[in-house]
Amino acid sequence: MSNIIEMKGVNKWYGDFHVLKDINLDVKKGEIVVVAGPSGSGKSTLIRCINRLEEHQEGIIRVKGIEVNSDIKNLRQIRSNVAMVFQHFNLFPHLSVLENLILAPIWVYKKPKKEAIETAMYYLNKVNIADQANKYPNQLSGGQQQRVAIARALCKNPDIMLFDEPTSALDPEMIKEVLDVMINLAQEGKTMVVVTHEMGFAKKVANRVIFMDEGQIVEENDPQNFFHNPQSDRLKLFLKQILNH
Amino acid sequence: MAVYPLKPARKPPLKERGLIAWLRKNLLSSPFNIALTIFGVAILYMIIPPFIKWAFIDANFVGNSKADCTGDGACWVFIKEKLNMFIFGFYPQDILWRPKVVMLGLVALLIFAKFVKGFNKLKLFLIVIYPIIGYILLHGGYFGLEVVETSKWGGLLLTLIIASVGIVLSFPIGVILALGRQSKLPIIRSLSIFYIELIRGVPLITVLFMASVVLPLFFPQGVDFDKLARALIGISLFEAAYVAENIRSGFQAIPKGQYEAADSLGLTYWQKMGLIILPQAIRVTIPNLVGTFISLFKDTSLVMIIGLFDLLSMVNVAANDRDWLGMETEGYVFVAFIFWIFTFGMSLYSKYLEKKLDINKKG
Repeated sequence: MSNIIEMKGVNKWYGDFHVLKDINLDVKKGEIVVVAGPSGSGKSTLIRCINRLEEHQEGIIRVKGIEVNSDIKNLRQIRSNVAMVFQHFNLFPHLSVLENLILAPIWVYKKPKKEAIETAMYYLNKVNIADQANKYPNQLSGGQQQRVAIARALCKNPDIMLFDEPTSALDPEMIKEVLDVMINLAQEGKTMVVVTHEMGFAKKVANRVIFMDEGQIVEENDPQNFFHNPQSDRLKLFLKQILNH
Repeated sequence: MAVYPLKPARKPPLKERGLIAWLRKNLLSSPFNIALTIFGVAILYMIIPPFIKWAFIDANFVGNSKADCTGDGACWVFIKEKLNMFIFGFYPQDILWRPKVVMLGLVALLIFAKFVKGFNKLKLFLIVIYPIIGYILLHGGYFGLEVVETSKWGGLLLTLIIASVGIVLSFPIGVILALGRQSKLPIIRSLSIFYIELIRGVPLITVLFMASVVLPLFFPQGVDFDKLARALIGISLFEAAYVAENIRSGFQAIPKGQYEAADSLGLTYWQKMGLIILPQAIRVTIPNLVGTFISLFKDTSLVMIIGLFDLLSMVNVAANDRDWLGMETEGYVFVAFIFWIFTFGMSLYSKYLEKKLDINKKG
């Protein structure tokens, strides 16, 4: 099977600061890739380049064979295939949960409203939150909001799901309900690229774990070897810091 | 090792509740506060009883000429006799039903808007079609209606026309200017900034003079552009700059994540702004927007300097009537009261809207 995401020699700077250095990364269809690393290592920037929330300055990124560049037609096609879940949920607070979910289907995919609502309710059921459909985002807990955000992403029926630290802003008691939803998705074979500090998730469902530091991919491996047989000193140190506390 | 059971909530102690506690806490909490309270009460005592005496106790309400006003108090007979003038200006007395229908229609429209939920196509249609109906009725010239030149329109009618047209026109122009100022395209952004800063640096009176004196120079000879229309264009363009700045402050309150979420869903620029960003920005900015519209409402009285007769100028006209000399005070108090009713009503409506549209509502 061909690569659904290809990144070749990708470089990016914020002003003079070199955030991404020669990133080469391919993701196959149905693969679950977890990106780990310390804060400021460029992992969020990396996945945000895939749907061009951040623009890279050098190298090539292709999603389903379409190049990510300033061409607005390409961009529209890519964004309709790629969905994203954010650290701070980014639900639209002036719209009800249901309205948040049917927005893209109606306006981007031009689906009839009735069909959009049916799809939305299907995914709300899937993330166990159908009873909150008519509430507003600020009336929900963090964990509930993040599950709504996942449902909103699923309503696009995307080929690729990007998760940008989806549990980092949650109360400890709510992390599990979000991870459970993500594990379910992973087991259904969605292509996922997940930036996270939840190593338990990586161990359980990842096909591949990528370790980043200072804007580079330092090491990548299958979870088994990543956690039990790390090669680089930097990863050894990182694992020691996060696993032994 | 110890376990502590959860405790039920109690009411606060008695001395924290009730009228006495409120008085102590809010009016008499410190020597300085006590002094302020006494000072405030003294001022109220000096103002309110004499006013009530003048406006009600000694006032004259009955009669139909100045001779009927005998007391030392206000002569409300003047207001009563000149009421049509205050409300309709020089509009011909025999066809006053036309402005009356237009004004009642506006009230009916507002009530309708209140009770029909949501912003639908019908409402949009009414916003567009009602000014046309109103214009035909007021101005005449169609369906056998006698023509009444805009120079005859005046009083409260004119004030309301200028204010409502000003609000309805300046709002969309302001939104476009605010979007322009946020734009990534340098030319559009610079033009918007230039326009906004230029207008905000110029007094409304100047804009009105420009609209009334300079604008006609650009028209071919013989084309006489209606004076009221020129004032309306001037005021709308002027207020649009302020509306734009209000909405821009609303944009700044929207977190970056909202733009990113809209982008990642695949919405186009106009969908993102129209469905996500603007509705939230306008909500945040309602108090400021209403503030701007209230000052617009009051600024309408400036049209007097280009020779239009709004509510305030009608008082001058009426008080210059030889039979009613010396009635300015009553006239100004009355006008102040009318202005206050409308602006306070707008204030209340903005509070109601804020509450209704509060996106942080819980429960």
